[in-house]
Amino acid sequence: MKYKDYYQTLGVARDASAADIKKAYRKLAHKYHPDVSKLADAKEKFQEIGEAYETLKDATKRAAYDELGSNYHAGQDFRPPPDWGRTHGDAHAAFDDMDLSDLFASLSGRRHGSRAHGGARDAPFPIPGQDFEVPAEITLEQAAHGTEFEVHLTVPEPGAEGYLRRVPRTFKARIAKGASEGQRLRLPGKGGKGLGGGRDGDLYLIIHLLPHPLFRASGHDLYIDLPLAPWEAALGATVEVPTLHGAVHLKVRPGTRSGQKLRLAKRGLPHPHEGSGDLYAVVQLVLPAELSAHERALLQQLADGSSFDPRAHFKAEAA
Amino acid sequence: MSIEIIEACDVIWLDERQELPLAALADLSGLPLSELQQLVECETLTPVNSVEPAAEARFGARSIALARAASRLRHDFDLDGNGLALTLRLLNRVHELEAELRDLRAQWPQITR
Repeated sequence: MKYKDYYQTLGVARDASAADIKKAYRKLAHKYHPDVSKLADAKEKFQEIGEAYETLKDATKRAAYDELGSNYHAGQDFRPPPDWGRTHGDAHAAFDDMDLSDLFASLSGRRHGSRAHGGARDAPFPIPGQDFEVPAEITLEQAAHGTEFEVHLTVPEPGAEGYLRRVPRTFKARIAKGASEGQRLRLPGKGGKGLGGGRDGDLYLIIHLLPHPLFRASGHDLYIDLPLAPWEAALGATVEVPTLHGAVHLKVRPGTRSGQKLRLAKRGLPHPHEGSGDLYAVVQLVLPAELSAHERALLQQLADGSSFDPRAHFKAEAA
Repeated sequence: MSIEIIEACDVIWLDERQELPLAALADLSGLPLSELQQLVECETLTPVNSVEPAAEARFGARSIALARAASRLRHDFDLDGNGLALTLRLLNRVHELEAELRDLRAQWPQITR
């Protein structure tokens, strides 16, 4: 079993008062709680903080934790002292492949349990299993066509001795076409095992669309930049535009302006049940990186012969 | 050699097509029914139909995420009903603004040349 230094996690001394422990927890929770924090490692950090606080806020659990000893470093392999199991659980239990958090979660079941060796599995009241939330990163193509997504979890389950142990589980979920950013999917009963007749926890998948080199998603609508040469925008043109379902030809009308959004109906992401979002081609006027002598001459001819003033409104406003 | 077992699973989309009663929200979120009712009274949690009593109202499945967040915040920050409702209202506002920003960024041209 790997040692975790709960005092170090909360940044308090081993003899800290209950009030100081609560204060330290709250300060860290404000910073790392995944519902309010935008830090990349918030979820993992808060899991460590929450686990430490769950044990240290409870006087009995804290005493049991303290009795494990203080001569270990975080992450170091250790075994509870010989008498520890007799006092706080099962004297014959094997702790080798346990997680410290599961050991203390099991103690809750034992404290409330009616059987001397019952443990978490035989909790006298229903305790629902742990829910899990997992981000499911998929490409726009996968969102458009549907995909299968594999989830790998280690789920706490009561072992033969009644202690919770981490069990690796792999689930395969079929994500039907039509998912958009933030869509949530529920996989009932695929979380941690319920105890004492409590229901099994659920697994929630939260869809995140991976960045695409061409398309940007806004709900079920897609946006793509459509580069046009100034003469294509001025004179009109038929241009090829990629979509998630293959390229289409788009007729650009003469006099198209930069920034104009050209709508290609129902070429966006499909909705889950029926219909689709739209694809918008956002016009961007672009110039060649380097002009040839001929191009320069033609543009100079246009500049000399045109009376168009793109800043005429400046003068009107200033007047 | 151990063989990895892969379980195929049922998937439920949490969208406007799925509706559930307040009791199911309580079961899925772990938040007591009375505290969920308080969120309905504060209009933080909005039913798809307006019926009295609130226990008979039905909620869109998207509410599961809100109820679960409420349960986490209630437990982790030891919030009372009033503080919880206010926190959820502000978080909702943040999520709306983030979605608006994401949509505007999608519409903003990326070409820089």
